[in-house]
Amino acid sequence: MAGDKSVRVHHLTRVEGHGDLTAEVRDGRLEDVRFTVVEAPRFFEAILRGRPYDEVTHIASRICGICAVSHKCAALKAVEAAFGTEIGEQTLLLRRLAFHGEIVSSHILHLYFLAAPDFLGLPSVLPLIEKDRDLVLRAMRLKKLGYDLAALVAGRHTHPVAMTVGGFGFLQSPEDLSAMRERLAASLEDLEATVQLFGTLKFPDFHRETVYVSLRHPLHYAFYDGEVVSSLGDAIPADRYAEAIEEATVPPSTAKYASWRGRPYMVGALARVNNNHEQLGPRAREAAGELGLSVPCFNPFMITAAQLVECVHCVEESIELIERLLDRTLRDHERQGDVRVGSGRGVGAVEAPRGILFHEYELDHKGRCRTANHVIPTAQNLANLDADLRAYAPGIVEESEESFRQGLEMLVRAYDPCISCSTHVARAKSPYPD
Amino acid sequence: MMGKSRRKPRVAFFDFACCEGCQLTVLSLEERLLDLLEHVEVVAWREVMTGESDDYDIAFCEGSITQRRDVERVRRIRERAKVLVSLGACASIGCHNALKNRWPMKDLLETVYGEAGAAFDTIPARPVAAVVPVDYQVQGCPASLPEFVQVFKHILTGQPYRPPNQPVCVECKLKDNLCVYERGLVCLGPVTRCGCDAVCTTYGDVCHGCRGLVDEANLEAAVKGLTRQGAHSLMAAVVEKHGFAPEEILAKFSVYNEPLDEAGEEAVSHGG
Repeated sequence: MAGDKSVRVHHLTRVEGHGDLTAEVRDGRLEDVRFTVVEAPRFFEAILRGRPYDEVTHIASRICGICAVSHKCAALKAVEAAFGTEIGEQTLLLRRLAFHGEIVSSHILHLYFLAAPDFLGLPSVLPLIEKDRDLVLRAMRLKKLGYDLAALVAGRHTHPVAMTVGGFGFLQSPEDLSAMRERLAASLEDLEATVQLFGTLKFPDFHRETVYVSLRHPLHYAFYDGEVVSSLGDAIPADRYAEAIEEATVPPSTAKYASWRGRPYMVGALARVNNNHEQLGPRAREAAGELGLSVPCFNPFMITAAQLVECVHCVEESIELIERLLDRTLRDHERQGDVRVGSGRGVGAVEAPRGILFHEYELDHKGRCRTANHVIPTAQNLANLDADLRAYAPGIVEESEESFRQGLEMLVRAYDPCISCSTHVARAKSPYPD
Repeated sequence: MMGKSRRKPRVAFFDFACCEGCQLTVLSLEERLLDLLEHVEVVAWREVMTGESDDYDIAFCEGSITQRRDVERVRRIRERAKVLVSLGACASIGCHNALKNRWPMKDLLETVYGEAGAAFDTIPARPVAAVVPVDYQVQGCPASLPEFVQVFKHILTGQPYRPPNQPVCVECKLKDNLCVYERGLVCLGPVTRCGCDAVCTTYGDVCHGCRGLVDEANLEAAVKGLTRQGAHSLMAAVVEKHGFAPEEILAKFSVYNEPLDEAGEEAVSHGG
C-alpha cells in the first residue's frame, strides 16, 4: 500500500538521551506523529531537598554532561539570588567566557557529530576517519577548543570544579589566558572552513512561524544574563518566569508541555538569533549571510545554521573578553565574594546551548535546599517540536517510507534535543517493550 | 584475550540513567581517540552513530540501573559481551542516582511529576556493577580520562587492570596544594580513591568522593574521627566550626557513595 506508512524509531540515534519517534500514515493521510521522551527519570528536584547549597550546585551540574557549565551557573545564580550575594565584574566576565566555551563545544558536537551525517548520507562521522580525516580532526579540534576554553575558566568543562557561590576557587594565569586568545584567533580558519562546508548543505525548505523566547541583555548578545523576552514583543524579569511560562500535563499524554502565555514556543540558537541578531559580532553576521540565515527565520532546520553563527560569535567575543580580563588584570582579592548564608528563594536563568534554562531554589536558614524546580530547554521545545512534526510530515508523506522517516528524524535532530537534561519531561510509557 | 581472532575487537557503548558526560569526555580525547579506534571497530554508540549491532566483544556501559527494563537490558549486554566495563561513577558506584534511594518512591514521583508520576517504571538505583559482574571499572564523575585510556589498553592486551588504591591526599600533596582542612572546609580526599590528579582540590573545590572509597575504607571510623575523640585536631576543628552532626558528615559521603541496599535483587523485584 503506497498510502500507508509506519515509522517506529526506538531510541533515536545521534541525540543526547533517549527518545522515540513514531508516525502513522493511512491512505496518504498523516494520522499521528510524535517524539516521545523515554529517558529514565533521575529525580533531581526531589533528591536535592535537604542538601546544603554547595552540594546543590555540585549535583546540579550533573544534570547534563554537555551543558554542565549552564546548569552549574543557573544553580549558582539561583543560590546567589536567594542569599543576596553580589558578584563582581571579574567573576561576571569569567563566567561569560566559560559560557562561550560551552556553547562552542556543544554546538560543534551537534553540527559535526550529530547533524552532519544526515546530510552526508552516513550513519556517523566514524567512516570519515579514513575518508576525510581532516574534517574529523577539524571537528574534534573545534570541539576541544570550546571544551578547553570552559576548562581554562572552570577547571574542567564536564563538570566544572572552579566555580563557587560568589566567585571562583581558582584564577587562571595571564599566560594561559593569552595562549587561549591565540588559539581562539587561530581557530577562525577552522570555523571559516566549517561555514563553507555547511553552506553547501541543503537545509529542507520548511517554515512555520512560532513564538521565540530567549534572554536579552541591553549591552551584549545574551547567554549568561538578561531579562526574558519573546518575539511577541513582551519581556519579564527572569525571576518572574512563571508568570509567562507554564508547564502542564496535556491528557492523554503524561508529558509536561511548556507554553509561553498559552502558546507553544521555541528556545535555543534560532530563537536567540531571531531575538538578538543585531548584537552578533561582524564575523558572525557574515557567517549568517553565507549560510543563508536571514532574520526572522521560521525554518527549524536552520537551528543548525544558527548554532554555527553563534560559534563564530562566541569565538569573536571570547577574544574580546580575554582582552578585557588581561587589561584589568586578574585580582585574587576579587576572586571570591562574601557569601552570607540565609533563607530565601532565588531564580537563576541562563541561555544553555539548547535554550533558556531556569533553576529555582528555596533555601532554609542554614542554606539547605527546601524545594527545587528546573525548567529545561528541551522540555520547553517539546510542544513546538511536535507542532513542527505535524506541520512538516504531510509535505513529505509522498516520499518513500525510508526518506519519510529520515526527514522526520532530521527535524528532531535539528532541535538538538538534550534529553538527559529533561529532569521532568519524561513521558511514562515507551511505545516499545525494552 | 582476542589474540586468535584476526578481526578487530568490536566495541559498543551503552548508556543508562546518567548525564552522558562520560561518553562526551571520551570524545574529548580528540586525536588520541582516533589512535585507540584504529585498534577496534565501533559497532554501537547511539549518541554518535545510527545502527547498532548485537555482535560485540567489549561493552562500555555508563549510567545507573533505575528501571526494571534496564535490568533486562544490562543482563543481555552482559551475556553478549566478552568484556564489560562500567564507565564512570554512575555505572561504577551509583553517583547521585542512588540518592533517590533515601526517599520513598511515591514521594519522589509525586514531587517531580505530580499525579502523572504513578505510571513511571522506577526502582531503587544501582550502579551497573551491582547488577551484573563487570570486568573493568573506570571511576570518576566524569570518568577519568587517563584511566579510560589505561583500561582500554589493558583490555586490548588482555591484562587485568588494578586501580590505584591510595587516597586523593597523595595526589593532592604531589600538587603542592594547601590542605582543604587548612582552608576550613570538609574534604573527602582522605578516604577517596585517587586517580583524578586531585583536580577538584587543585581548582579550589573540595573532594566529594566521585572515584569511590579506597578499599576497606572504614567509613564509621572516618565519621567518628571527624566528629569525636581521636580525630585529627585540625579536622575536628573544621567540623566543629560548621557544626556538622555525624549524620551530616555521612550525608556528604552519600553524594557519590550512598550505601547500596544489601538486598540487591530483592530491591529490584519489590522496588516500585
